[in-house]
Amino acid sequence: MSARGETLRAALRWTEPEGRSIEAVNDLVSAPLLERRRWRWRVWWIAFAVSLALTTAMAVTIVYLFSKGIGIFGNNTTVVWGFPIANYVWWIGIGNAGTLISSMLLLMRQHWRASINRFAEAMTLFAAAIAGIFPILHLGRPLYFYWLVPYPNTMSLWPQWRSALIWDFWAITSYLLFSILFWYVGLIPDLAALRDRAKSPTARTLFGIFALGWRGSARHWHTLHVYHTTMACLGVPLVISLHSVVGLDFAASLMPGWAETIFPPYFVVGAMYSGFTMVIVLAAAVRWGLRLQALITVEHFEVMAKMLLAASVIMTVSYGAEWFSAWYGGEHAERSLVAYSFAGDYRAFYWLMLLLNCAIPHAFWFPAARRSIATVVTIAVLINIGMWLERMLIVLNTLSHGYAIGMWRTYAPTLWDFLLLFGSLGFFALLFLVFCRVLPVVSMHETRRLLSAEAEP
Amino acid sequence: MSALLVADFDDAGTLVQAARWAKSAGYPLADAFSPFPLDGMPEILGETSTRLRVWMFVGGLAVAALAYGTEYWSAVYDFPIDSGGRPLHSWPAFVLFPFAIGIFGAALTGFIGLLATCGLPRLHHPLFDINGFERATQDRFMLALHAPAIDSDKRTTVAWLKQAGAANVWELEW
Repeated sequence: MSARGETLRAALRWTEPEGRSIEAVNDLVSAPLLERRRWRWRVWWIAFAVSLALTTAMAVTIVYLFSKGIGIFGNNTTVVWGFPIANYVWWIGIGNAGTLISSMLLLMRQHWRASINRFAEAMTLFAAAIAGIFPILHLGRPLYFYWLVPYPNTMSLWPQWRSALIWDFWAITSYLLFSILFWYVGLIPDLAALRDRAKSPTARTLFGIFALGWRGSARHWHTLHVYHTTMACLGVPLVISLHSVVGLDFAASLMPGWAETIFPPYFVVGAMYSGFTMVIVLAAAVRWGLRLQALITVEHFEVMAKMLLAASVIMTVSYGAEWFSAWYGGEHAERSLVAYSFAGDYRAFYWLMLLLNCAIPHAFWFPAARRSIATVVTIAVLINIGMWLERMLIVLNTLSHGYAIGMWRTYAPTLWDFLLLFGSLGFFALLFLVFCRVLPVVSMHETRRLLSAEAEP
Repeated sequence: MSALLVADFDDAGTLVQAARWAKSAGYPLADAFSPFPLDGMPEILGETSTRLRVWMFVGGLAVAALAYGTEYWSAVYDFPIDSGGRPLHSWPAFVLFPFAIGIFGAALTGFIGLLATCGLPRLHHPLFDINGFERATQDRFMLALHAPAIDSDKRTTVAWLKQAGAANVWELEW
């Protein structure tokens, strides 16, 4: 099969007939931005109002937190990490999937990424930015967070480079800045197309400024292609190192259940797993809300469901490896911790997590389940809840059941914990809703290229 | 003062074919414009080589070296802390910061290199004066040739471009 034949088959598989011409793609993607009258936007405004309310709740919580200190959370002297750290790990996991889609799938020539990579990258940016807030909120003295940055200062102090907190800070900062560049460069040709399509002078000027004068010349495209593939090659190790570092926050400690060599890869797979579920939810929302049924097809949901199934199996094996190494290692505290996970204070959540992460995704063995968008989205939401529980339980089980028996205590979250969690979800939704109104959610130039094979028999 | 002839084609295949013919017929090709990257076009225009990856490698390495140097100097010389007898130069713990920021350094160098190679940002360009050029970023495919100085040659070139399938041929001077 020739390269062109392969692209042609891909074009036919990943699009519906009404999105199969270059102009159809331009029109479908740019209409929500340039011809807003074609939409009523009622659902958008309702969603915007709800997410704004939640964002306000988050802001209020943060102000209260800064004035009262972290005592407002459910954390206690034994369980020193609670919701904030679990939320941080969960959000950074969601922040991984965009780069997975844009880098790994690009390098593996998976054509279906063309219509989902743009909003997945946006999701990555927003999720990683929100994740970055949590460690700062969890600092005893958040006003000094900038001490993580090495800069010459009057105290003649430098950061403690051996600290996992420093690794976190630099991994997130580098990742966030890298993702912004990757995302923006991919946007430039689309911004130029919007500049050239826009009828209102304001839109033309704004898109024109950010398009930087892109003309679609052969030299531009060639350089962009070289840059994009090189960035993809760099993005893969960066994204893996990012979540490995988050795993090392735990694994570099000496706590039972945390000091495990499997943690970095296990966290990376977990991140891809939960991140993909968020991509599915957003894909369904964007497809329905912006009427992109021709570009985001049932086939996309099917292939993403397969990814979830594979990730679910890997997660199950990882859980098994944890239990096995606890038993095989023979350390009493480790074995006791596994028993505590299954039968201790948080057992209901542990069993629920296993059900959501390891059992329910097996529905995807059935093609009918993979091809029903409602089913895929429902299971994706359930898995995402399961993955949040997993991060919560990694924190809670170990801290509640450490080496010192006299220190064993349980944890109960407060209202503020929940406000911050749901507030951050609202903030994420708010950012995403604004993104849908101001930037093209699907990469026009990559979809056009996918379709070009069909135009030339 | 240089002059260009810009021909506009319906689809990618016709443009690539016309560019191939133009090259073999000895017309001086200037550039091609399309709404997505065209396979084979950089080869026809002779623009396959780029030093972008080299720059990215050097930029990334420089940023990583700077980061590692900062760690080494601050932890060993300027502010040594003996933390449980661990070596002041704890290289395994020092690797992540240079690695992560080095990748960003490579990305940033590449971005600057991309802009420099493409001659961007440039908010205006004489090509934008052509009424119809705006479709090059949407759904039309255009080929630019250096216009011959002699009028009769120019007329033959225009006629030739139309024969190759061009819907319009514009002349541009700047």
